[in-house]
Amino acid sequence: MNNKLYGKLIFELSHPGRKGCALQQLPASHHSATDLPAHLLRSAAPRLPECDELTVARHYTNLSHDNFGVNDGFYPLGSCTMKYNPAIDEEVAAIGAFAATHPEQAMHHDHPMLRIYTQLRQALAELTGLSEFTLNPCAGAHGELTGLMIIRAYHEHRGDAARTKVLIPDSAHGTNPASAAVCGLEVVEVRSLPDGTIDVSHLEELLSAIGSEVAAMMMTNPNTLGIFEPRVLDITAKVHAAGGLMYYDGANLNALLGCCRPGDMGFDVCHVNLHKTFATPHGGGGPGSGPVGVRKGLEAFLPLPYVMVDAEGRHRVLTRREERPLSIGSIGAYLGNYGVLIKALAYILSLGREELRHVGPLATLNANYVKEQLRDTFLLPIDRVCKHECVFDGLADKSTGVTTMDVAKRLLDYGYHAPTIYFPLLFHESLMIEPTENESKETLDAFIAVMHKIAEEAQSDPEMVKTAPHSTPIGRVDDVLAAKHPVTTYWKSLEK
Amino acid sequence: MATFESGLRYSESHEYVRTEGEYAYIGISDYAQHALGNIVYVDMPEVDDEVSAGEEFGAVESVKAASDLISPVSGTVVEVNSALDDEPELLNKDAFANWIIKVQMSDPSELDSLMDVEAYKAHCEA
Repeated sequence: MNNKLYGKLIFELSHPGRKGCALQQLPASHHSATDLPAHLLRSAAPRLPECDELTVARHYTNLSHDNFGVNDGFYPLGSCTMKYNPAIDEEVAAIGAFAATHPEQAMHHDHPMLRIYTQLRQALAELTGLSEFTLNPCAGAHGELTGLMIIRAYHEHRGDAARTKVLIPDSAHGTNPASAAVCGLEVVEVRSLPDGTIDVSHLEELLSAIGSEVAAMMMTNPNTLGIFEPRVLDITAKVHAAGGLMYYDGANLNALLGCCRPGDMGFDVCHVNLHKTFATPHGGGGPGSGPVGVRKGLEAFLPLPYVMVDAEGRHRVLTRREERPLSIGSIGAYLGNYGVLIKALAYILSLGREELRHVGPLATLNANYVKEQLRDTFLLPIDRVCKHECVFDGLADKSTGVTTMDVAKRLLDYGYHAPTIYFPLLFHESLMIEPTENESKETLDAFIAVMHKIAEEAQSDPEMVKTAPHSTPIGRVDDVLAAKHPVTTYWKSLEK
Repeated sequence: MATFESGLRYSESHEYVRTEGEYAYIGISDYAQHALGNIVYVDMPEVDDEVSAGEEFGAVESVKAASDLISPVSGTVVEVNSALDDEPELLNKDAFANWIIKVQMSDPSELDSLMDVEAYKAHCEA
């Protein structure tokens, strides 16, 4: 970048006393020194950057040019379902009446937003084969915690409080054991077979040893390797026979959307990620949303606030425990992330029941196409039909010393977001590609060609690949230094 | 490529044991440090803690992943390699020279169920 001014940090652009706007003096009646207790007051002014408005505008506009999103290019980040967020969903959510509604307003009797809430929860119930949903959880892991709290409350209500263990496959997402631990439950690991699916004989051993203590088993299907668990019906039946419930981690639901349903597989509780399967934005464009569904018989445990529909179809929000005595209570403010709920409903309605049936098969087709095209160049540890994502164990030829990390970094030079790397942990050099159903054959072919090119570069010029990226604003970052000496503020970085 | 040291006992989860009388020096194999990549943190137990064969006694964290340390033998921790607190990368430099904990074994017969270097090499290649 030749324009050096805008390659700097905002702190480096600061000049003492420079202002972007003139703040009015607060009237004496509103004074922090008297409104707040003394121990909460700052003793010194915060060290904020001081810039004029134009400098700030240019700084952040320039930074935004260094960003990379689904709208910039192919984003095959495995396990994350980085779908395109259709413009119509954003447009609908931005309609004045929706965008300007305060969450508190929507809590009132028969507010139109409550009808949206009901429409979406009914659509999700239909798509997952479950009885009823809460849309309150604000992220996938928040949904996991909510689901486990429901399971715990169910066992306690039955007077079976000894069930404190959760069975989790060793291939699970890290959030599963984390959510169980936060819920005060103990994690017991279920082994995988060499093909990555659950070792059902190990599950049987565990159930016969500790079956009466098992609150639930958490499962992702297809699993984190993108493989459908062929014995899922057997697994859910065995856990049910032992008195435990089955929790479906909806992280990989995109593979099955419109084709088969967690409820039909025997799952009792599940969460879905609207920011994955239902095409609402991830992260910075977010926020997330992790609705939780339950099978018939568990509805009473759903969290507060609870949206009730009376016989005349009128909506009312129940917020008090007396009205829902078995509820696990509140798990967050209001009724979840409204804007996200509107976008997800817009996605479902704009595709419709028939079109939604194509999502899972197309996502699966794309992943298998990439897998078959790359299988000679990259090591394919599990050679079978995958679902929505495929996992390689690094380059087939390990003699060059070029690692999965190097391949991922080199992809940035070619204008691609890197796939997920070093997850799942079952392989040492995992490289996980999830194209999603949105991508055309041309996009996939271009990506495949670049992957082959990088494999050739690993032979002809391994050093160049090991030191990639070469064309990004920041080159190879020092992960070790960052992990060992994390410095997260500007002023701290100046202390040496 | 990973190196293998003979005269040690190895577990399936890639810990090694070097014995000295009733004492066991436990660390991770060179194969394990290769697989983990740059190690940035080692979580170790304290002296006098009890460890049991097959149970977790700590963890190693690399830029790629965090991995539990599983004790190959049972006993009492008599020493921890505190140099790893500041320099976890010692495990990358020489995994066999830098043991993690020293344990006074309560049942040395547990060593019999561990692998010798040839069996461990075959385990890693499988």
